Amino acid sequence: MKTAISYPTEGAMGKTGTWRVFRPSIDIGKCIKCWRCWIFCPDAAISKGEYPVIDYEYCKGCGICANECPVNAIEMGREEK
Amino acid sequence: MVSDRGEIMAIKDLPEEEYVLKGHAACPGCPATIALRITLKALGKKTILVIPACCSAVIQSLYPKTSFGVPTLNIAFEASAAAASGVASALKILGEKDITPVVWAGDGGSYDIGIQALSGALERGTDFIYICYNNQMYSNTGIQRSGATPYGAWTTTTWTGKKERQKELAEIVMAHHIPYVATATIAYPEDLYNKMKKAKEMKGPRYIEILTPCPPGWRFDMSKTVEIARLAVETGSWVLYEAINGKVEFTGQSKRILEGKERKPIEDWLKMQGRFRHLKQEDIEKIKRELDEKWEYYRKVMK
Amino acid sequence: MIVIDTANHISALAAKMARARVIAAYPITPQTTVVEKLAEYVESGELDAEFIRVESEHSAMTACIAAEAMGVRTFTATASHGLLLMHEMLHWAGLARLPIVMVNVNRAIGPGWNIWSDANDSMAQRDTGWLHFYCSSNQEVYDSIIMAYKIAESQEVMLPAMICYDGFILSHTSMPVEVPEQSKIDEFLPEFKPAWKIDVENPITHGNIVEPHYYARIRYDMQVAMERAKKIIEEVGEEWGKKFGRDYGLVQEYKCEDADYVILTMASMAAEAKVAVDELRNKGEKVGLVNLRTHRPMPFERLKYDKIIVIERAVSFGLGGIVYNELKGRVPELYGFIAGIGGMDVSYRDIERMYELAKEGKDGWYPIEVK
Ligand SMILES: Cc1ncc(C[n+]2csc(CCOP(=O)(O)OP(=O)(O)O)c2C)c(N)n1
Ligand code: SF4
Ligand code: SF4
Ligand code: SF4
Repeated sequence: MKTAISYPTEGAMGKTGTWRVFRPSIDIGKCIKCWRCWIFCPDAAISKGEYPVIDYEYCKGCGICANECPVNAIEMGREEK
Repeated sequence: MVSDRGEIMAIKDLPEEEYVLKGHAACPGCPATIALRITLKALGKKTILVIPACCSAVIQSLYPKTSFGVPTLNIAFEASAAAASGVASALKILGEKDITPVVWAGDGGSYDIGIQALSGALERGTDFIYICYNNQMYSNTGIQRSGATPYGAWTTTTWTGKKERQKELAEIVMAHHIPYVATATIAYPEDLYNKMKKAKEMKGPRYIEILTPCPPGWRFDMSKTVEIARLAVETGSWVLYEAINGKVEFTGQSKRILEGKERKPIEDWLKMQGRFRHLKQEDIEKIKRELDEKWEYYRKVMK
Repeated sequence: MIVIDTANHISALAAKMARARVIAAYPITPQTTVVEKLAEYVESGELDAEFIRVESEHSAMTACIAAEAMGVRTFTATASHGLLLMHEMLHWAGLARLPIVMVNVNRAIGPGWNIWSDANDSMAQRDTGWLHFYCSSNQEVYDSIIMAYKIAESQEVMLPAMICYDGFILSHTSMPVEVPEQSKIDEFLPEFKPAWKIDVENPITHGNIVEPHYYARIRYDMQVAMERAKKIIEEVGEEWGKKFGRDYGLVQEYKCEDADYVILTMASMAAEAKVAVDELRNKGEKVGLVNLRTHRPMPFERLKYDKIIVIERAVSFGLGGIVYNELKGRVPELYGFIAGIGGMDVSYRDIERMYELAKEGKDGWYPIEVK
């Protein structure tokens, strides 16, 4: 019997990091661990370690994290491909 | 930190569980996924999502994979609330008491084509949470106007700006006398999370509407999604409130505005969005006037 | 036990005895008394089920789809405009492979409001992936509903099933029906075992975007299941016959063995045609009857006759008779009559007349234009 049943998979749309044009980088020296970048990332690409960690395999480079960081600890630079 | 009312006070206290998996199909900067991430952190594993045709049907990614980590039943565009009734009745028959059926629908699926099924499900007391993520147009099909599109906004079916005002679905929903109605937006994750949590603890029909500013639809840079949501509240264009058994209380910034805090000029919000670029001064005056009237009305009824 | 009641009440009784657990339905003439009876069963506690009082037929079908997707047996009933409003969700149920069982009381479509019998409502749903059964008596209605669950829920089929019968002619006419004991029905119809379900312990997603090469395979699988259903329908019909004394299958033949001409019709016209066949036989005519109980899957292999006269209560505008056209090219000599549209009475005398006309080489809209 076949019908449209799908299973939860990380990277269901592939490595969406390849969509990125701008690349966020975190200066953990500045980070105050408010976790705004973590909660606002539409791609769940930031995880909570000691400091926020960006998963570049999936980060689409939208820049919300940088825009929402209260201390400008995240910078968006052009992606080197 | 958690308040004595059990409310989460800071972002760091939100659960780490993730039900929207990395590598999904949403546009970069998508507000709907931010909203869904926070929502599912609050609702947890024992949630059944019902999703009509909308962006969130696409965001799931392609068969045979899905980016959603809770069971999800896709259904026709106008049918989600009726499907939730079916799920809720089945749960009763199966004796499952702590699973929540949750509709996750766009404004098109809620304000327009799905309003009949929504009203029916509310009126017959379906035990579910209906969530409308409101991006104020049909984005799935290429940015057409909906009943939630504000006056003046460009869409691909209102090239010179929408000529009518939006309707207020949450107020229509309140006329159904249901236990819980709330509005929220992605800029205030704690507020959104706490409202979801509160809804989850209740029984009967519950309705939550989330403003979700959409970069391609509203024509702004994808990094500004959250900022525009915040400005929508600070300018008074979007209002945060909740109504428990019909008793309305404003929350967060909207409460402060109600209590006298000055609203930021609406122009600040309008000028950030390409969809309002063509507005003439008289259009802006009209929007301002209607916004003033809306707040006057709130002040009167909220006394 | 013999029960004397209308087909609508018999439908409600069959749904109850099949132990449907979620029922979602919306009233429409001539189906209303099915819904009323079921509501009564549920409220009195006679039936342990959830009755969802939906605000439309679209929602009725949607709610059944969702409940069935949760692994629960469902039932609904409708007619005419209600069925048409469901159309989108009928496709959905088919593609989702959910074995919902529904009664459709055949009724004409407006404008020109007309509540009388006409099969165009269900005929217009023939491509939705539902099994379509037509009944010619209240007994057949009862038997078919119970059997439909077993057929639809067969792991080899997993397709929804529609039981159709004529408005008023059956829906509101009392007839004696033999109703087996509940324990016998339970023996015949085991508990529903879904092929897939929505479950928090196994969080699948159903119905997200499917690309063409997968989609085509999913659709192909439905066609294969329809073909397999033919065998299952025969088997289940035979089993029913063994247990309860009334044999069923894809079709019912009457006096066909030596027949020169075979009249092929469905639903209550088949009951009338039986009388016509007897009358004609008395006059020495070698004629038989095929009651086309199953319209989907279409049982071509059971329709291998040289001369068939199709009499049907539906039309495809710009094409003509629907069953007639489906058989065209497969039968050496085929005649087609469209009769009984909008509830026009078709008596055994009319059927005899159509037989005579066919023998003269004529067919068409009876009695409006026959040539
Ligand atoms: C009956 C029907 N009509 C039209 C469509 C096409 N359609 C699919 S999604 C959509 C718009 C969805 O808009 P909304 O509910 O606001 O969600 P969004 O796409 O903005 O997330 C439309 C018109 C459909 N799927 N079904
Ligand atoms: S750039 Fe966007 S996708 Fe990448 S980590 Fe920041 S918020 Fe997430
Ligand atoms: S938003 Fe900035 S300060 Fe806050 S956790 Fe992220 S990087 Fe650190
Ligand atoms: S169009 Fe808007 S709501 Fe839809 S996926 Fe893209 S960003 Fe999200």
